[in-house]
Amino acid sequence: MTTTPALSDQQKKSLDDILARLKDEPGPLFPILHAIQDELGWVPDETVPAIARALNRSRAEIHGVITFYHHFRRHPVGKHMVQVCRAEACQAMGCTSLEEHAKKTLGIDYHGTTADGQFSLEAVYCLGNCALSPSIRVNDDIVGKVSKERFDEVIAELRNA
Amino acid sequence: MTTRIYVPLDSSAEAMGAKKTAAAIVAEAEKRGEKIELVRNGSRGLYWLEPMVEVETPNGRVAYGPVNAKDVAGLFDAGFLKGEKHVLCHGLTEEIPYLKKQERLTFARVGIIDPFSIDDYTKFGGFDGLKKALKMEPAAIVKEVTDSGLRGRGGAAFPTGIKWNTVLGAQADQKYIVCNADEGDSGTFSDRMLMEGDPMCLIEGMTIAGLAVGATKGYIYCREEYPHSINNLNVAIEACTKAGYLGKNILGSGKDFELIVREGAGAYICGEETSLMESIEGNRGLVRFKPPLPALQGLFGKPTVINNVMSLGSVPIILAKGGEFYKNYGMGRSRGTLPFQLTGNLKHGGLVEKAFGLTLRELLYDFGGGTISGRPIRAVQVGGPLGAYVPESQFDIPLDYEEYAKVGAMVGHGGLVVFDDTVDLANMARYAMEFCAIESCGKCTPCRIGSTRGVETIDKIIAGKEVGKNIALLNSLCDTMLNGSLCALGGMAPYPVVSALKHFPEDFGIDKTAAA
Ligand SMILES: Cc1cc2nc3c(=O)[nH]c(=O)nc-3n(C[C@H](O)[C@H](O)[C@H](O)COP(=O)(O)O)c2cc1C
Ligand code: SF4
Ligand code: FES
Repeated sequence: MTTTPALSDQQKKSLDDILARLKDEPGPLFPILHAIQDELGWVPDETVPAIARALNRSRAEIHGVITFYHHFRRHPVGKHMVQVCRAEACQAMGCTSLEEHAKKTLGIDYHGTTADGQFSLEAVYCLGNCALSPSIRVNDDIVGKVSKERFDEVIAELRNA
Repeated sequence: MTTRIYVPLDSSAEAMGAKKTAAAIVAEAEKRGEKIELVRNGSRGLYWLEPMVEVETPNGRVAYGPVNAKDVAGLFDAGFLKGEKHVLCHGLTEEIPYLKKQERLTFARVGIIDPFSIDDYTKFGGFDGLKKALKMEPAAIVKEVTDSGLRGRGGAAFPTGIKWNTVLGAQADQKYIVCNADEGDSGTFSDRMLMEGDPMCLIEGMTIAGLAVGATKGYIYCREEYPHSINNLNVAIEACTKAGYLGKNILGSGKDFELIVREGAGAYICGEETSLMESIEGNRGLVRFKPPLPALQGLFGKPTVINNVMSLGSVPIILAKGGEFYKNYGMGRSRGTLPFQLTGNLKHGGLVEKAFGLTLRELLYDFGGGTISGRPIRAVQVGGPLGAYVPESQFDIPLDYEEYAKVGAMVGHGGLVVFDDTVDLANMARYAMEFCAIESCGKCTPCRIGSTRGVETIDKIIAGKEVGKNIALLNSLCDTMLNGSLCALGGMAPYPVVSALKHFPEDFGIDKTAAA
């Protein structure tokens, strides 16, 4: 069945803290899932039974929610999340070739992570930076007017940081 | 003497390096022993000039841009602390034609104030609307909004006052105000700009909505892609609560209103109001059947006002200056102003708030300055990923909900995405279907299956396989989606496709004269 390792003691403790802190909020599942992903970097399948128990909902329901939303990840990702916008305003400014460049430079496709664990690559549909397209997002920061050279600079900066 | 300098904290300004510019200015001032006060404001929306730095002078604020960190020493040399000339200087900010020609009501303070300063906010008219509302009967507040003619800015353009009136009339132990800050439409960013640059305006609008319908609790559902908006809202909520404008016993009135920010999780469909509420409740974002209306059974089954950021952000000025004042802007049944967002291949991309009734041509050329590539504009997608591709022959239609609907287009959230003549509309039509397939909630067949079939059919057309037959198939598929979908994702995804086919048949390998 599952190939992911069991939760570490540290992770278990984080999970318990999050559940204790948030389970009595109205509509607690979203805040809980966000907190888990912020803390652990992803939402391991092993967290599902504990969440289900705390909220008195079925595991299938919790699993269904996690898989419905693009943002929640069931696998660990790289240290830096790089998202390339594929939506219309970025297409109008040539994001299609930027997508190719990003994949080639990082040597991975969308949903992939580099072998050194530094970068993960995802597509995104609009970052609200459409007046300065094409846009990418790196972790919580947006970069605008991203030429291929600019992309390489951003990646180099993160590598050396 | 201390000179006040403004460097925007707006995400798009930071996307162009505003943070580094700000740091360079502070360092340079220190090095030269100049006293400055750095304010991080919102963006004025003249995005091609970002990072746009403003210096306060006795004559007003002087703009410089785009200012990168490497330009900073030269600016100090040229005397920019006194507003002196420099190649990057644009003179007094307020006199820049792009800004001067606008009618900024909802965006009156954005880019001017420090978003976290209650003093700044009140100095520029903030909380005037709330103070008035606190002295009014709920029905009178609703009437003011109805009289203003304000219609929902999230896309569907439903009259806001009518929606509020339904919630006011509903009996319940708890009612909610929900702000739709999912802003999933590509080519739009006005919600983000307001949340980052003047978050208290949204807070005030929601509080007034709460007073109007008897709701004591509000949620702002903000997309995950906007971490800065989420942060700024939370900081502003805390400041407003501390200052007594929010929370228990607002300004001693005995009225309460509590506000909570919820973060989305990257699903476009959660911009649809019922899917959004499912998401807050912690469920998959499946669209709900209507009725019941959210106004009667919305969030947690309770009567709920759900409105877009721009709708709620327009409420403070409507209350402060009266419904009549707001209504005097606009044309026909499209009253007030709309913050248009100029994006894609344009020289001067940015935010232009104007009364309804101006034309695309004015926005594209008078404001936008034509394409950045220098090539002719060929098509403009108006109103987000579900909006039509508008050809040049329609650039003179006034921007008005009804006038646009007449030609199968929509104004929506006011985003314009501009393409030059290198665009292939068959590819864009394919993308529209692909996007619908990726983002479909899966509840109904025409949308879930139809969009995937749409992609396949367009692929065949692009490959030149039985073009006539496949065009007919695509048209009938669009028809099924239009008529058989539960919500506007499946129901409107055909608009960009049909408009592309109709106005740009040559991109699909059909003779233009034969298609007409
Ligand atoms: C697929 C889909 C996506 C939508 N996305 C948004 C959105 O991102 N923001 C928004 O305010 N409304 C969006 N809407 C419209 C909402 O369903 C709803 O009409 C709106 O929140 C009502 O507020 P308003 O009357 O102030 O516009 C979307 C609708 C659909 C069908
Ligand atoms: S049209 Fe699409 S998104 Fe809307 S309810 Fe149906 S399947 Fe869901
Ligand atoms: S379309 Fe790419 S940032 Fe909006």
